[in-house]
Amino acid sequence: MTVHHSPISSPPQRGASESGSTILLLDQLRKSYHVGTTELQVLRGIDLAVESGEHIAIMGPSGSGKSTLLNILGCLDRPTQGRYILGGDDVSQLEDDELSLIRGARIGFIFQSFNLIEQLNIVENIEVPMYYQGWHERESIERAKELAAMVGLGHRIKHHPSELSGGERQRVAIARALSNDPLILLADEPTGNLDSENGAAILKLLLSLHDQGKTLIVVTHDLSVAKRAEKIVHILDGRVKEITVN
Amino acid sequence: MSVSLFRLKRTFTLGLKSLWMHRLRSTLTTLGIVFGVSSVIAMLAIGEGASKHAREQIERLGSRNIIIKSVAPPEDPENTSTGQGMRQYGLTYADAERFRNSVAEVEVIVPVRRLTQRAWYRTRKITAEVIGTVPWYPEMAPIHLEMGRFLSGTDASYRQAVCVVDTGVVEELFRFDDALNQDIKVAGDFYRIVGIVSSQNANAAAASVNADTPAPQDRGGANAGRIYIPLTTAKDRFGEISVQFGGGSGPNVEKVELQEIVVKVARDESVLPMKEILETLLKRFHAKTDYQIVVPLELLREAERTKMIFNIVLGSIAAISLLVGGIGIMNIMLATVSERTREIGIRRALGARKKDIITQFLSETLLLTLAGGVLGILLGLAIPLLVTRFGHMPTVIKSGSLILAFGISAGVGLTFGIYPAYRAANMDPIESLRHE
Repeated sequence: MTVHHSPISSPPQRGASESGSTILLLDQLRKSYHVGTTELQVLRGIDLAVESGEHIAIMGPSGSGKSTLLNILGCLDRPTQGRYILGGDDVSQLEDDELSLIRGARIGFIFQSFNLIEQLNIVENIEVPMYYQGWHERESIERAKELAAMVGLGHRIKHHPSELSGGERQRVAIARALSNDPLILLADEPTGNLDSENGAAILKLLLSLHDQGKTLIVVTHDLSVAKRAEKIVHILDGRVKEITVN
Repeated sequence: MSVSLFRLKRTFTLGLKSLWMHRLRSTLTTLGIVFGVSSVIAMLAIGEGASKHAREQIERLGSRNIIIKSVAPPEDPENTSTGQGMRQYGLTYADAERFRNSVAEVEVIVPVRRLTQRAWYRTRKITAEVIGTVPWYPEMAPIHLEMGRFLSGTDASYRQAVCVVDTGVVEELFRFDDALNQDIKVAGDFYRIVGIVSSQNANAAAASVNADTPAPQDRGGANAGRIYIPLTTAKDRFGEISVQFGGGSGPNVEKVELQEIVVKVARDESVLPMKEILETLLKRFHAKTDYQIVVPLELLREAERTKMIFNIVLGSIAAISLLVGGIGIMNIMLATVSERTREIGIRRALGARKKDIITQFLSETLLLTLAGGVLGILLGLAIPLLVTRFGHMPTVIKSGSLILAFGISAGVGLTFGIYPAYRAANMDPIESLRHE
């Protein structure tokens, strides 16, 4: 298992260079929980392939297994059965520490509630994933500043999350998600906590990242957000019900 | 290596930052450790000071000496009713002779006669302790001769009216005059000063040893100094009878030949067997227990035992206070961990391994306890200084106790930090991300 260390200057546009190759593959993925003596099957055999540079949306009603799928995709959880191939490695049965490193290196999380660390300023927040990948401080600070500038917050790098608007916070979160140059950006209702104007701006930022070659997986209830993706994966009762191409 | 060091530095910086965010809480949390550590240092310093003081005093009595003192036996009811009778008790010249003749392994035997007398020089007057003794007295007691000589064999055989005084006497009687070869008057007779010795504080030790049995002649504290005269001269001039006025029942007449016999043995190991032998000898010739045997070596060992017990007690108190401090820290850290559940979830989602989380929280606890340790050491250094300054008690701060205290605070940090850090690391990242 090699841990991916990004060079600071000119991160490779992996998405662009490897466009068309399968970056993420789910093969008969199952997840079940034991509640007392009964076994609760949440995911009942999901097959999904995501190409590099693709933009897909995952939709599904509450209780469809959408969140569980998201957790497994984000390497926060492991499937009970089936394989999950991420960037060529089977990550479905990794140990906790290995999974943590993979998560930090290959996944860029964007949450509905931003999930910034309150006591850290913008640069420090953006640095967190790089810190856990073992970047040198000087380099990670430099990259964090570049990313802050890229999302339009270059002038506010010393500010703390509490001093920012919702839209700005989500920009910081996006910058943070990009810091280790992940294989996929995994966005969970990225506009869910924003007003329509800010939501639109964030969506625009995500789309521009996709245009630059980023692989984007957006989990959403919002059809207008989902419509912007190339494919919509509909999840129902722990299975892929259908995949629609926009 | 350099990377991990640098990460450690960042971890500690981060820890400092979050502790600084909760300044009041952090300060209050460290107080337990501060007081724990400072009490360890202060108590050890005070204990060490006290025991060193006692040890020095006992050592001045001589570790190879056995001191036998005359002690007034408990009064017989019949005797008191007759009232006027002369009481005779205590050590005799015969005792000294017997010690000399019947006991091997003895290095020196020093008989001592002690009296409290007025001493005059011209118009100045003091009360001094007159010690009638033998020329080899300095062999058993460390006496530092400042000028002249000590009593000689000739002085003893010819019962010369000579004396050796200590600096206490010189200061009081002569002030700025030259004392050597001057004559002082003690109880009506003149004595030529042939030597001056340093004044000794051993008196205090002797007094404390004897505190429970004050002999009439022994009024240590009130005396300005000591005047040593030949024992033979003392026997001639003062006799063995002392008369004391005072109390309701007329004059108190006592006959005591020797106040003290000091037996010095050749080796430390012979001290205790020798004590047994002397005791047996004394028992055979003394109907009543009119003597007391003081063994400085025994006192020394007792002082060491006492110190050990003292240290154990202090150690337990300190350990308990550090335990309480540690539990306080653990409590706060558990609260911190649950308060920061969300942050832990975020960090885990962004690639933090369990051990990264453990390091983060453990380093915060360590910082807290080490800060407490440093403050505790400073306070612990200040307390003995104040005690010495205002309480006039000797204190000794050993570097070992500082290292111990620092080590303990680090140990407390590690011990009580592990569980909260472990709890933090083992939170389910998914659950903690959902935590509000």
